[in-house]
Amino acid sequence: MDWLPTLWFIVIAVLWCGYLFLEGFDLGVGMLIGLGGSTEKRKRLLLNTIGPVWDGNEVWLLTAGGATFAAFPHWYASLFSALYIPLTIVLVALIFRAVAIEYRGKAITAPTRKAWDLALGLGSLVAAFGVGAMLALTTLGLPLNENGDRIGGPFAWLNWQAILGGTAVVAFCWIHALAFLRLKTDGKVRHQAGKLVGRWLPLAILPLVAWALLVLLDNDSAIAWAVMGVAVISLLVSMMTGRAGREGISFIALGITLLAGVAAIFTAAYPVVLPSSIDPAFDLTVANASSSSYTLKLMSIVAAFGVPLVLAYQSWSYWVFRKRLREEHIPETHRVVSIIK
Amino acid sequence: MDALEIARWQFGITTVYHFLMVPLTIGLGLTVATLQTMWHRTGNEHWLRMTKFWGKLFLINFIMGVATGIVQEFQFGMAWSEYSRYVGDVFGAPLAMEALLAFFVESTFLGLWIFGWKKLPKRIHLATIWCASLATILSAYFILVANSWMQHPVGTKIVDGRAVMTDAWAVFTNNTALVTFPHTIFGAFAVAGGFLLGISWFHLYRRRSEGIDTVDANGRVVVGEDLSRGKSRDKVDYQVWIKSLRIGAAVAMVAFLGVALSGHEQAKLMFEQQPMKMAAAEAACHDGTGFSVLSLGDITAQGATNCDNVVAVFEIPGILSYLANGDFTTEIKGVNTLIPEYQEKYGKYYPNDEAFGQYAGQEINYLPVMEVTYWGFRMMITLGGLSALAAGIALWVTRKGTVPHSKWLSRIALLSIAAPFGANATGWIFTEMGRQPFTVVPNPQMGGVDQVFMYTAASVSPTVTAGELLFSLITLTAIYGVLLVVELVLLARYIRGGVASAMPELEAEHEHANGPKDPSDDDDVLAFAY
Ligand code: HDD
Ligand code: HEM
Ligand code: HEM
Repeated sequence: MDWLPTLWFIVIAVLWCGYLFLEGFDLGVGMLIGLGGSTEKRKRLLLNTIGPVWDGNEVWLLTAGGATFAAFPHWYASLFSALYIPLTIVLVALIFRAVAIEYRGKAITAPTRKAWDLALGLGSLVAAFGVGAMLALTTLGLPLNENGDRIGGPFAWLNWQAILGGTAVVAFCWIHALAFLRLKTDGKVRHQAGKLVGRWLPLAILPLVAWALLVLLDNDSAIAWAVMGVAVISLLVSMMTGRAGREGISFIALGITLLAGVAAIFTAAYPVVLPSSIDPAFDLTVANASSSSYTLKLMSIVAAFGVPLVLAYQSWSYWVFRKRLREEHIPETHRVVSIIK
Repeated sequence: MDALEIARWQFGITTVYHFLMVPLTIGLGLTVATLQTMWHRTGNEHWLRMTKFWGKLFLINFIMGVATGIVQEFQFGMAWSEYSRYVGDVFGAPLAMEALLAFFVESTFLGLWIFGWKKLPKRIHLATIWCASLATILSAYFILVANSWMQHPVGTKIVDGRAVMTDAWAVFTNNTALVTFPHTIFGAFAVAGGFLLGISWFHLYRRRSEGIDTVDANGRVVVGEDLSRGKSRDKVDYQVWIKSLRIGAAVAMVAFLGVALSGHEQAKLMFEQQPMKMAAAEAACHDGTGFSVLSLGDITAQGATNCDNVVAVFEIPGILSYLANGDFTTEIKGVNTLIPEYQEKYGKYYPNDEAFGQYAGQEINYLPVMEVTYWGFRMMITLGGLSALAAGIALWVTRKGTVPHSKWLSRIALLSIAAPFGANATGWIFTEMGRQPFTVVPNPQMGGVDQVFMYTAASVSPTVTAGELLFSLITLTAIYGVLLVVELVLLARYIRGGVASAMPELEAEHEHANGPKDPSDDDDVLAFAY
């Protein structure tokens, strides 16, 4: 059953796509709240557009990690240990972000609220950058020895490709969040977000395109180029429909641009999951990094049942909270008063 | 400290910290779901108020569980890459299933529950909290399957030097997992029970000390009201606290019974599966039948306590055999017998292999740190027992409807919330440190050195430097410390605010009786907002 590892490579690519699509706007909204510097009402409006769904979106990341552990233990071990310091920083960012979303509304003084805003903004920014850098490195290479261990010290991963990948994801999250807010809010925010998307969309997608081209040029794969073509077309669709005020279609088309772009990157990289920049003989591939076919079969059964279920109830939750929000909907903050005299 | 030691400290600190949030999430989640069901069935307002109040505290805690859980998921690859490579085929599966089948349900349905008040039909809204809280139990099952496999590997063989799953059924019905699971879940309920009890006691005491509730000549409660701040201290409020208190106390007592019975089963398995851990937990140097009530190491001895300097001060004969075997006479092997057995089976020295780093070729110490296993085991039982005792006393003294008017007792009640947390933490520390020097403990039924097991010394990431590990250890510990303070401050604030902290309308109706209406009331776009 040699196709099982390939299937799991696809599953993991799908999980990353799901993560980038869904948490993409969460992270972008987090950056806008924390670093955008608007009024308190406005910040709460933004926060509540992602309020019911952000945690569910983040689980896509955990599942991508867990699935990599189960299906490609060597990939999981080599990538995560090579990126020890940056991943520690990503973890710290994710911790602060999660806690800030829940706790900022509970702060009583202005300075503590500001601190939580900063935690939310920086946390979202750093997490987006870190995930982007990690994905860029797993497609473009790390200095690994034959055991798959990083050599060259704690900062051996730091290069311009990592920065490019980080920038790509940050820029995408930002523009994706604006497209999302355009769809989820009404009033001033909707209007402003629409203007920004119209102006910045092509530029914000540029680093993602550069990363994709880098991987595509490195490995020649006709399918990858075809998928990249889909990405470009849907980008054009997103721009045109966005201009015409078709917010829903424009948002979806932008999402497809991302999905196709990431899919093209993974397709081009296949069958290598983590190239070694020291010697191609040390590359981790779908074949040499995977689990046994027994485990992969077991996991396939679970995924065949689990993934559609997740998609079903997550879609339902988006449908439940489908209405646009306006600033008037945001209730006054409730201040807890001690009843103990 | 070398990289290995730092990595171990880090794993211990982050996991024990994660496990402060976990039992409260598990225990309180199901409690809140049950409370909401009671409200749904009876329509009595006090059930609604209880749902909202305990639900608020549940959420404040839940988010910390989520934030610290992410670290756990990544840590295996980051700091324990050799371990991950060796076990991934077996150990990764339950972890991935946990994320796919449990975490998605937890987080999505909790979002629906928080924001879905008044928006979803009542029954469906009730179903969301049940889905979320049952998923926390499912997640516990999966992670405990993974952990139990480390304690007792089954359904696996070695292929090309790595563990490979051969029998998923064996892995998922590992007898170690099947006894660990109820023990851990009952432990979580002990936490939730103590939490309800302590906080409710505090509120009942404040109602008494402020003269709202009084007692008559027979000591029976006379419930009063203070309507100066809306409905926040009315007679329903009294119902909230007395019911919570009595439910909490009952839950704590049943939970203790559960941990004691399941713990006994675990102990029996442990004698078979990890005899050294049990011997170390008993400071049992020589073979025998006695349960040590108190053994002391020679504190003046250099280095760790070992069998040359342990003195059994007081032992009850027969009890150890009972724990292990259910009779009073079987001789249980002590450390002095076990060490040569282990050396014969698994070797006296670590292999001379670079995977073992600086430990290559050194002598293997098969004895876990005895102070930790010995006192960890006893602290777990004692702290759990104390909280069950406290619950029993609380049920008795509140039989006439309220708590005694004693500041002291109310302080003790609040403090006693900590005991079951302590029991959980010491239980884990005992279990995990007792499995040293292995990360994957050899299964005695499988035989010798060519079987599935792994030394801790060979588990750590080979080229991650001590400096990197120290950086993350310091960063995470510092952040966790700050966040613990933040969580405690927030919990304290919401606890002191009483039910109104989760139901502002209780006070609002009073304050804005004639004021402008909250626009969100008319419009069901947002029934709740961050
Ligand atoms: C017996 C139960 C138990 C144990 C031993 C652990 N956890 Fe845990 N974990 C839970 C029970 C739990 C939970 C009750 O399901 C939590 C607590 C709060 C929450 O959100 O879910 C959770 C949260 C949680 C999350 C966040 C989930 C989310 O975003 O919803 C992750 C990624 C992990 N855990 C991972 C781990 C790993 C890798 C562990 C092993 C070292 C671990 N946990 C030990
Ligand atoms: C499925 C769950 C768990 C897994 C897979 C797991 C795995 C591990 C691993 C790989 C280590 C490092 C190697 C070592 O030092 O032995 C470790 C150490 C440790 N773990 Fe766990 N653990 C789990 C749950 C827990 C929990 C819930 C706690 C406590 C709350 C805990 C407490 C510890 C401690 C205290 C250490 C340090 C042990 C030492 O330094 O000797 N573990 N565990
Ligand atoms: C009479 C009481 C108890 C007995 C006999 C008992 C027994 C045990 C044993 C033998 C273990 C080790 C299992 C192993 O390493 O394989 C254990 C672990 C543990 N205990 Fe207890 N225990 C008792 C009470 C408690 C209480 C009151 C709590 C918490 C409220 C608790 C929480 C834990 C936890 C969290 C673990 C680690 C996880 C596990 O292995 O299940 N225990 N207990």
